[in-house]
Amino acid sequence: MAKVTFREDRCKGCGLCETACPKNIIKLSKERINQKGYHPAEVVDQDACIGCAFCATICPDLAIKVEK
Amino acid sequence: MVVFDKPNGLTDAPFHYCPGCTHGIIHRLVAEALDELGVTDKTVGVAPVGCSVFAYNYFNCDMIQAAHGRAPAVATGVKRGEPDCIVFTYQGDGDLAAIGTAETVHAAARNENITVIFVNNAIYGMTGGQMAPTSLPNQVTQTSPYGRDVTVVGYPVKVCEMLSQIDGATYLERVAVNDVKNIRNAKKAIKKAFKYQMEGKGFSLVEVLSTCPTNWGKTPKESLKWLEENMKPYYPLGVYKDKFANEEAK
Repeated sequence: MAKVTFREDRCKGCGLCETACPKNIIKLSKERINQKGYHPAEVVDQDACIGCAFCATICPDLAIKVEK
Repeated sequence: MVVFDKPNGLTDAPFHYCPGCTHGIIHRLVAEALDELGVTDKTVGVAPVGCSVFAYNYFNCDMIQAAHGRAPAVATGVKRGEPDCIVFTYQGDGDLAAIGTAETVHAAARNENITVIFVNNAIYGMTGGQMAPTSLPNQVTQTSPYGRDVTVVGYPVKVCEMLSQIDGATYLERVAVNDVKNIRNAKKAIKKAFKYQMEGKGFSLVEVLSTCPTNWGKTPKESLKWLEENMKPYYPLGVYKDKFANEEAK
């Protein structure tokens, strides 16, 4: 089972991970705000994740860890 | 099983770059390449002047910060003094292609055994978005508000094409980091450049097309698209020179 963990305090809400996700399950949070003041990215449907790590590959801020 | 995590070659300091700036990706690719080759501990990096001036906070190897454009000259000194070290410079287009043109060209001509990571985002980032030597024709910047007029300020400098005419240079490749496929290719190119240095083959330069959402005045997502549609046609990706291509193919 693939698992994506965000280090939310590092996320700058740029949304590049959204563009890379082949399953379209990453979205920027609409409610929450992180320490830096950005809306952090989050996975909306963890079960659909295939663990490709595309999101982590394109993340410029090393905010994503992927386990399988 | 961990599929992806921060490489050991980078410290845990959060990057100071703007949201969506691809400097972070390129930092990571360099660190991953060094880690995989097992040379992080004996690497010396040279940071430039520009947005990446603080690169020394992020890399887990020894770092020096050079005067504007002089990184290849500093790297030359380090490499000649400590030939066993792996030496790389990390430079932007304002640093390498403007004030540092002479150092770059002559380091290539001398075939210094160093690796240059050249980040080309077609604008001066740190100083606030002025026109760079690599800005595209008709590109709007702070100092070319009506678009770059090539009849007045001339044409962009294509660094890989220019250096490919120099006999000394060993390996020149242009890559981009605007999607996952390109990022993977960029990693391969960066790793190959370091491998060549470890084998004593000489000067290698990897030009990475990068984005600058803040100064391009675009969102991070639009910037990826702008790079694809505007920069790539003007700066075609590919290997511009590889003296050992036949050997590698075997």
